[in-house]
Amino acid sequence: MKFKKSLMAAAIFAMGMASVTAQAADPVRVGLVVKSLGNGFFEAARDGAMEAAKEIGNAEVIYTGPTSTTAEGQIESINALMAQRVDAIAVSANDPDALAPILKRAMDRGIKVISWDSGVADDARIVHLNPSSNALIGAMCVKLAADVAGNAGGEIAILSATPTSTNQNIWIDEMKKVLPDYSQLKLVDTVYGDDLADKSYRETVALLKKHPNLKVIVAPTSVGIVAAAQAVEDQGKVGEIFVTGLGLPSELAGHVDAGSVKSFAIWNPIDLGYSAMMIAYQLTQGDEHMKIEAGRMGAIAFDKDGNGAMSDPFIYDASNVHKFADIF
Amino acid sequence: MKNTSFFGKLISHREWLLGAIIVLMLVGVGYTAPFFVTPSNLAEAFDDTSILIMLACAQMLVILTRCIDLSVASNIALTGMCVALFNVAYPETPALVTLILSIGIGIVLGAFNGVLVWLVGIPSIVVTLGTMSVYRGFVFLLSDGEWVNAHEMTPQFLALPRATFLDLTVLSWIAIAVTLALFVFTRFTKTGLSIFAVGGNPKAAVYSGLNVGKHQFITFCISGAVAGMCGYLWVSRYAVAYVEVALAFELQVVAACVIGGISIAGGIGTIWGAALGAIFLGLIKNALPVIGISPFWQLAISGLVIVLAVIINSRSEKRGGRRILREAHQ
Repeated sequence: MKFKKSLMAAAIFAMGMASVTAQAADPVRVGLVVKSLGNGFFEAARDGAMEAAKEIGNAEVIYTGPTSTTAEGQIESINALMAQRVDAIAVSANDPDALAPILKRAMDRGIKVISWDSGVADDARIVHLNPSSNALIGAMCVKLAADVAGNAGGEIAILSATPTSTNQNIWIDEMKKVLPDYSQLKLVDTVYGDDLADKSYRETVALLKKHPNLKVIVAPTSVGIVAAAQAVEDQGKVGEIFVTGLGLPSELAGHVDAGSVKSFAIWNPIDLGYSAMMIAYQLTQGDEHMKIEAGRMGAIAFDKDGNGAMSDPFIYDASNVHKFADIF
Repeated sequence: MKNTSFFGKLISHREWLLGAIIVLMLVGVGYTAPFFVTPSNLAEAFDDTSILIMLACAQMLVILTRCIDLSVASNIALTGMCVALFNVAYPETPALVTLILSIGIGIVLGAFNGVLVWLVGIPSIVVTLGTMSVYRGFVFLLSDGEWVNAHEMTPQFLALPRATFLDLTVLSWIAIAVTLALFVFTRFTKTGLSIFAVGGNPKAAVYSGLNVGKHQFITFCISGAVAGMCGYLWVSRYAVAYVEVALAFELQVVAACVIGGISIAGGIGTIWGAALGAIFLGLIKNALPVIGISPFWQLAISGLVIVLAVIINSRSEKRGGRRILREAHQ
């Protein structure tokens, strides 16, 4: 009897406490759904989201996702988040269409849904945050080439993936658009390594032979940039010819040390998680404008379809590549 | 007179023809891009083709026995990933041990194909089509889809194929050694000669006391061993190991054999033919980018050459073998 009474008292006390804390804080809870757990890229994004939550103060990140990159696993994660009555969901989708029904249901229940990194169908989210835009990527590639070529400039060549690769071709077009602004750079060749290590290597060797005055090779592909760097090192051209473009820090750390790559770019997953969290939070606060403030990343503009680009790709060089090499 | 017929067999017309085409190509490319035919550049092109040469020679043995090994590229990827991970785990291992380890892993993978063909009796194209995916899948399971990158590999792991001796890389020397060894094997050993008999006429081979399946098994082991060794050499040369290493490379290997005059129907072919076929393909791969031919044309030209080679092969094979015994109803 006595025991029961004290239990009830405790329960009442606990309820009271809960309501007190709820009144005091009631944090905005955002479910950050990633493609898979245990992936360095997404763990870095989580750290960024945590940073944003700390900055906001009154927000909480629930980091979740499946153990393998499946849409089914993500649906389960989203179901669990809905059961927890989160305020917003920010998802990097494994499948744009498979997640649409469950996300629509979440939105019907008043949950603010955004996608980031990898998008979902337009009507299944409020906005989609791209890590960057084609124009920004193209401009960044040329800027990196100009930086490494110095004031004297020189000949540059592009090493792409396959000749039919859509995003590669768009980025090359964007590069060609900004090239006239850099009169010291002369684009002499565009070759295709088909995203195969051996073919990219061979094409790079041929480039060096064909263009003895070549200064910079721009490879906006992660396989290509590694193979090109290796070829430049094997040909003993470190210091004469530099490789730049888009790649992952873990794959390029060795080549930055070897000197064939001075700097390269890729989106920063920490910034991406930070921005996704900021945007999700702003949406829960009723901000549904075409321009959303994302803390230290500044305002991010969204077009009529709700697509927005976060920022320029982030530049990695000897000063930070090893720190990020452990992340992704 | 036995001597001349031996010599005639040694280098048949096909090899001379291919050799002449290769020289013509060199002259043509040298005319538009003179730097291409400098000794140092040719040595580089040979270095680049070395892996294809070895694989084509080993594949030839398999094709001789009326089989095909489509799993070689996946074998490269899997063995390459194994030794790369081994290198990360045990960085002090000497490169020579790594090389031997890679051959060992390769033999196991090849023997698995061989057992399925020999003892279970499944057609080799089905077996190796299956193991092609299985081995590639294992690479993913082993690596979790992660890359093993240049800075994670030790200098001695990377140095072996790059070291030079008498102006050629060790990789090139290994290719020359493997080609010579396989030549000796096919010409001067009982097993090597039996492989031709098994592929040329399996029924007759059985009657003369040869175990067809066992010889097929042996060729799969050799193909696996060479592919495994190439796995280490590939990963070391390009300084990266990932799931898609050497993706679809088996097609180039088979193409090199076809261009080299090896009959897909089995029993006909020489090591020189396979090696020259590989050199021819390697030359195209190295020369076309240099003389600035569009990537689409590069694909089309390579494909056209293969089709031409198949036509020539099928015409020359129509001559058929010499019939010693009369057929029963005559």
